[in-house]
Amino acid sequence: MSGPFKAIQISDHVHWVGAIDWNVRDFHGYMTKRGSTYNAYLVMAEKITLMDTVKAPFREEMVARIASVVDPADIQYIISNHSEMDHSGCLAEMIGRAKPEKVFTSVMGAKTLKEILHSDQAMTPLKDGDSLSLGNMTLSFMETRMLHWPDSMFSYLVEEQLLFAQDAFGMHLASSQRFDDEVDPAILHYEAATYFANILTPYAALVTKLLAKVAAAGLKLRTIAPDHGPVWRRDIPGILSRYADWAERKPSRKAVVVYGTMWHSTEKMALAITEGLLTGGINVRLMSMDECHRSDVAFEVLDAAALVAGSSTLNNNLLPGMADILTYLKGLKPRNLMGAAFGSHGWSGEAPRQIQEMLAEFKVDLLADPVQTRHVPDQSVLAQCYDLGRMIAEKICQKVNP
Amino acid sequence: MQKFVCDVCGYIYDPTNGDPESDTPKGTPFEDLPEDWACPICASGKDVFSPE
Repeated sequence: MSGPFKAIQISDHVHWVGAIDWNVRDFHGYMTKRGSTYNAYLVMAEKITLMDTVKAPFREEMVARIASVVDPADIQYIISNHSEMDHSGCLAEMIGRAKPEKVFTSVMGAKTLKEILHSDQAMTPLKDGDSLSLGNMTLSFMETRMLHWPDSMFSYLVEEQLLFAQDAFGMHLASSQRFDDEVDPAILHYEAATYFANILTPYAALVTKLLAKVAAAGLKLRTIAPDHGPVWRRDIPGILSRYADWAERKPSRKAVVVYGTMWHSTEKMALAITEGLLTGGINVRLMSMDECHRSDVAFEVLDAAALVAGSSTLNNNLLPGMADILTYLKGLKPRNLMGAAFGSHGWSGEAPRQIQEMLAEFKVDLLADPVQTRHVPDQSVLAQCYDLGRMIAEKICQKVNP
Repeated sequence: MQKFVCDVCGYIYDPTNGDPESDTPKGTPFEDLPEDWACPICASGKDVFSPE
């Protein structure tokens, strides 16, 4: 008896044996409002193969789902497509329980797993283009280094045209349904975009290359089985083309105004800039870092043409919430952004310059000197802010077609 | 000119292209990159690069 947890068959020979994490809300700093899933898959070939595992606390859920199909001791191969702990968290225990003939991973995966597991377990490294016979079926492998870790790889089940894509094409979405066509398309689109924005943007250029490589290899994709969220079986062309678009980081006529404020003075400036932008025909997101989460800002920046950032000056520095979002965005390496800085201060006023320096670090095209004021902005400062918004709006309209 | 590959992420430094991320001009040999130069993809140092 395997208890309440059952496997879900996703193709003739493949079963989903993952776990649903309904309540995770903070994924190393990325707010996962709808929870997540950790997807492991069981390939019922002659060589019974387990594809990735789940986060450590969910081990028994995974084992029970496996046991609803086969005795876990009958697993002969285990493959790790991605070493991160939400997929390798119970790899050591599964190896101990299944005693597989072999454990496979990428060349970099073998190195990474050694540093994570600190075990003597032999790992058989697979190179880009290698194939592995499962008796009656074949897996082929493609290295996807830095998508999004050095160890990341794809496994492709040739006979079923099924791609095990680890974190690519995934999303943090806990749902009762396992397939893309069973989930509200708006939720699917939003969560896939948020995932891309928060996890994959630093490696966007590699996504473009990978999509070209997959196309050149003529890989037919009937199913894409990622390590998080639903399995794609219907809108595969849609998710591939959205990935191509996001990887291009093509801006739309949109601006994000992000700010931190102490006594609402910087906020008044932000509102005036926003009015200038929207009067100029721009789609604006105004986000206070005292209220909004960094991962929501990353999502909004994904298709934005401009990032306008403001902060009060606190003890000669920008506000911690602004340091947080600018540090986070710097790591995500957004591109094709224009921008400017602004802020109110009491006496020294360092923050807007500091913001400018940080924006320059991720190659934001600075369109103006910072707009600054002492204490509460008067009508002339607010007019300056409004004009800044109008000027940025014009630049966006010149650069981006509607 | 000799290309160098990052052993961590597989990025290839091609001197013909330089490295636009760090404003390294085209035609800069790998040896002439500053010691604190980092891989534009994974930020690893020069020491993990090997000739392609």
